Amino acid sequence: MDDVVLRGLVPQVLSVLVGRGADFATAEDAVQEALIRALSTWGDEPPTDPTAWLITVAWRAFLDMVRSDTARRNREVRVDTEPPPGTVPSADDTLRLYFLCAHPDLTPSSAVALTLRAVGGLTTRQIAQAYLVPEPTMAQRISRAKRTVARAGVDRPGDVDTVMRVLYLVFNEGYSGDVDLAAEAIRLTRQLAGLADDPEVHGLLALMLLHHARRRSRTRPDGSIVPLAEQDRAQWDRALIAEGIVITQAALARDRLGEYQAQAAIAALHADAPRVEETDWVQIVEWYDELLRFADTPIVRLNRAVAVGEADGAPAGLAALAQVDEDVPRRHAVAAHLHEKDGDLELAAHLYAEAARHSPTLAERDHQLRQAARLNQHLRAAPPDGGEGRG
Amino acid sequence: MAKYLFLKHYRSLSAPDPVTDVPMDRWTPEEVEAHFQYMRDFADRLEGTGELVDGQALAPEGMWVRHDGAGRPPVTDGPFAETKDLIAGWMVVDVDSEARAIELAGELSAAPGAGGEPIHEWLEVRPLLSAPPPTVTE
Repeated sequence: MDDVVLRGLVPQVLSVLVGRGADFATAEDAVQEALIRALSTWGDEPPTDPTAWLITVAWRAFLDMVRSDTARRNREVRVDTEPPPGTVPSADDTLRLYFLCAHPDLTPSSAVALTLRAVGGLTTRQIAQAYLVPEPTMAQRISRAKRTVARAGVDRPGDVDTVMRVLYLVFNEGYSGDVDLAAEAIRLTRQLAGLADDPEVHGLLALMLLHHARRRSRTRPDGSIVPLAEQDRAQWDRALIAEGIVITQAALARDRLGEYQAQAAIAALHADAPRVEETDWVQIVEWYDELLRFADTPIVRLNRAVAVGEADGAPAGLAALAQVDEDVPRRHAVAAHLHEKDGDLELAAHLYAEAARHSPTLAERDHQLRQAARLNQHLRAAPPDGGEGRG
Repeated sequence: MAKYLFLKHYRSLSAPDPVTDVPMDRWTPEEVEAHFQYMRDFADRLEGTGELVDGQALAPEGMWVRHDGAGRPPVTDGPFAETKDLIAGWMVVDVDSEARAIELAGELSAAPGAGGEPIHEWLEVRPLLSAPPPTVTE
């Protein structure tokens, strides 16, 4: 049985243990213990009912932990050695687990770590590798998060919105180490979509699928960035795109629009264009206007300025950009692109160099430096004397 | 084994050098590419020999911060007007000898720049203070 399928059973097992009165933190350790045991003993022959097997083993592990942990002797533990009947986890229990891990008292990084561990079933080591921090650091982050959740209790759990934010954060982390966080976020969002009847969750799932479909074409083997316009669309995963578009349309048909559905619609319009020239920019701008109603953020306005520049020409894009805060990340890069489109190569070259200085990542910094170098070379070959088009 | 830190500065501390003082956005795209490639190959090779510990680049933006007394927010100074002394990035290597650390820093300093010439930048090479080997006694 593969590791991912096995991890899919984690939320159910954990919610059964918590339902039987186990405290969240210990129950979570016990489930990890059961997972490790399953991986080492099942081999190619999983039991007929893997969930029941995991529940039994995790419950025993939990009892052992409670009995052996002298530090917990003084704490009241409502457990009997014989588990009460009714161990079938309900969708509501699993959903509550998602909410618990996205508790509003948790910082985003703690919520992310706890979700990956308690709902995703990843080991602390895997999460640490994925986030490039030492394992002891991640172990502390997770146990603090568990304590916070235990203290806050389940009276004020998070809601679907906080869970979606957490999952989107996980998705955007990409991957390093042996765990693909984007794929993990998709898996958990799929599960959430089955539990919560909310078109926004479907919008988020579609958005992830549509982004994920382009992943292969977004970077070159050496790690450098390929802008959307230059991506090899033959490399896009058509099956994922088709699924993303179907999910987007079904969600939109329910007429309860939200920010993730609007973003999914924009991603679908990009994915739908066989060539970049065929992108329906006018419709993309319309969706950005919808998105602004739900999320009027500088980042959304910045992206809208790019779309306006494509739909109505560079001057219109620059006018839209004038409405965007000066200190928004990537603003220099967008300004450079629009000025280049507008034919002001000198200003564009200067802004690309400026964008490089303000880039949040190495790959982006290098990309902007390349753009500046390209334009500066062009300017040296053909000094601006008016009438210079694009090189 | 001993660990050494290589510090790269945004501008060399030596007298201005016509080769190293050309800002990168003024190089040709090919020169930029050759430089990136050299740096990647260097890191890959060190990973291959088992000598690379870590390497990170730093944003040029930053500030100085200090405590300003109980109950008061910290004082910040910046962003910097001058990038002269700023650290651009670092690499930590774990090598057998100081000679090897010097050899590697020399190679890193030979990364190609404008005109495809090595940039000859000065790198700061600093031994990490670590626990003495258990064989050393008072």
